[in-house]
Amino acid sequence: MGEKTTVAKKEEKELYGVLAHFDTPEALLKAVRKVRENGYTRFDTHTPFPIHGLDPAMGMSRSKLPYLVFCGGLGGVATALLLQWWTGAVDYPLFIGGKPFFAIEFATPVTFELMVLFSAFTTVFGMLILNGLPCLYHPLFTVKSFERASDDSFCISIEAKDDRFDKKRTVEFLQSLGSSGIELVED
Amino acid sequence: MKVTDKFKLESATIQKARTPLIALAVVGWLVSLAGFAINRDQFYFSYLVSFVYVLSICLGALFFVMIQYVTTSGWSVTVRRLAETVMVNVDILAVLFIPVAIGIPTLFHWSHPEVVNKDLLLQKKAGYLNTTFFIVRAVIYFLVWILLTKQIYGNSVSQDQNGNPSHTQTNAKWSAPGILLLFITGSFAAFDWLMSLDPHWYSTIFGIYFFSGGGVSFVALLIVIAILLRRSGYLEKAITVEHYHDLGKLLFAFTVFWTYIAFSQYFLIWYANIPEETIWYIHRFEGSWKAVSVFLPLGHFLFPFFALISRTAKRHLVFLPAMALWILFAHYVDIYWMVMPTHAHHGPNIKFLFLDLATLAAVVGTVGFVFVSRLGKNAIVPVRDPFLEESLKFENV
Repeated sequence: MGEKTTVAKKEEKELYGVLAHFDTPEALLKAVRKVRENGYTRFDTHTPFPIHGLDPAMGMSRSKLPYLVFCGGLGGVATALLLQWWTGAVDYPLFIGGKPFFAIEFATPVTFELMVLFSAFTTVFGMLILNGLPCLYHPLFTVKSFERASDDSFCISIEAKDDRFDKKRTVEFLQSLGSSGIELVED
Repeated sequence: MKVTDKFKLESATIQKARTPLIALAVVGWLVSLAGFAINRDQFYFSYLVSFVYVLSICLGALFFVMIQYVTTSGWSVTVRRLAETVMVNVDILAVLFIPVAIGIPTLFHWSHPEVVNKDLLLQKKAGYLNTTFFIVRAVIYFLVWILLTKQIYGNSVSQDQNGNPSHTQTNAKWSAPGILLLFITGSFAAFDWLMSLDPHWYSTIFGIYFFSGGGVSFVALLIVIAILLRRSGYLEKAITVEHYHDLGKLLFAFTVFWTYIAFSQYFLIWYANIPEETIWYIHRFEGSWKAVSVFLPLGHFLFPFFALISRTAKRHLVFLPAMALWILFAHYVDIYWMVMPTHAHHGPNIKFLFLDLATLAAVVGTVGFVFVSRLGKNAIVPVRDPFLEESLKFENV
């Protein structure tokens, strides 16, 4: 029975894409520009360390995260002011030390703190969501040589879903860019 | 990698910059002198505002330079000589302190024995607040600042000639204790020259309040100077949009820092609500001063905060210097607001007078003239700094 299921699984496997290794950051930068010029859109790079100029070479736009964080901060300000005004001046007014029920002076520290807190939450969770994290499984992890992307290899992966993807032509194309090793990635 | 721009000011540029400054200084001093003859009291107060305004910016420059050295900062190398040339002008300001010293009887009523005799608090404070010790302290402050600025500037300029990286290390060694010394002397200078105008009042955060305004204004001035040089065809490749972006971040950050300090001072006094502390703010909430007190959080914080928060704004080479000029204006209002309401003859309303402008023109013109002359003597970029290459290549991620 065990044998049968494995066979069945194998047949279900489909092509996720290709993974190409490059030996140096310079070779990767050159190759990734060509990949983009050739009209590929569903591709990614994997490097052991951040490389200057890789984002523009890949044609990445700037993150939307700052705008989210700005809104998160404003949300924090609004929440804090409403909370302090409503509890202190509307729902349960109490005289404390002769102070007014609501004043911008004493409300400011809490407002500041909630602005920071909401901004921080938006930053962390917004970053996770925009990056599609947490990602517990990815087809690239099935390729043994992908481990080198955190050691000494600079990789480009192109997905089969890409409109311009063609198993034979894409592999040949990556070879022509000077890749030191190409593997097919199955899901 | 080397600086490919012109890094020595041409004599034509120096002349072009000096002419309006010397005109400003001459007109400023003449009108100030006329004002001095007419209204001596007003002259001293106006002069104190102008003097403290320019001094706070020079001290901001000294702080900026020392921070760059202790952090072995790479990005800022191409703007550091400009900052060094601003800070080194504290020696001129030591000379310009003389009118303040002469004006002590007018400015500070603790200097009159007959006032002190009737005032128990001032009697208790007389050990500190007396004319002799006041002048001795001022001399000490200026000696410390001149020592620090001359040492650091001298080492930096020598490096242009011999390229010896040990000058960078020497300056880092001066800067570490220098920052501590600057903050101690600067805080006490603020206590002496601004806070003791109202000798009953006290605020321990006042020194850092004075510094935070000077710090943000210096960053603003640095942006303005760099942009003016760029417009005249200097350092277009050495000070790139990446450097302006970082200066913009500092402008933004110091604006928030000023607000944090200014609010901390106000908040604690508001909450404690003790008469001897609140009196300072009550003076500033009277009459038309209230408008200035409302302007400061809006104009010195909210407006620049939202105007400078975006990346685009900080990288815009017209918008950024425009905001820098705005900050320089707001800082002047801040200093004016610290000094003028204590002026007894002022009453509860603002009286902005020609003497305020004249003394400002006199001090800015004089210090500006010396600044440009000094800028012309040496390279305007530390051309052989070991971190120069890092700065030229610098990019914001």
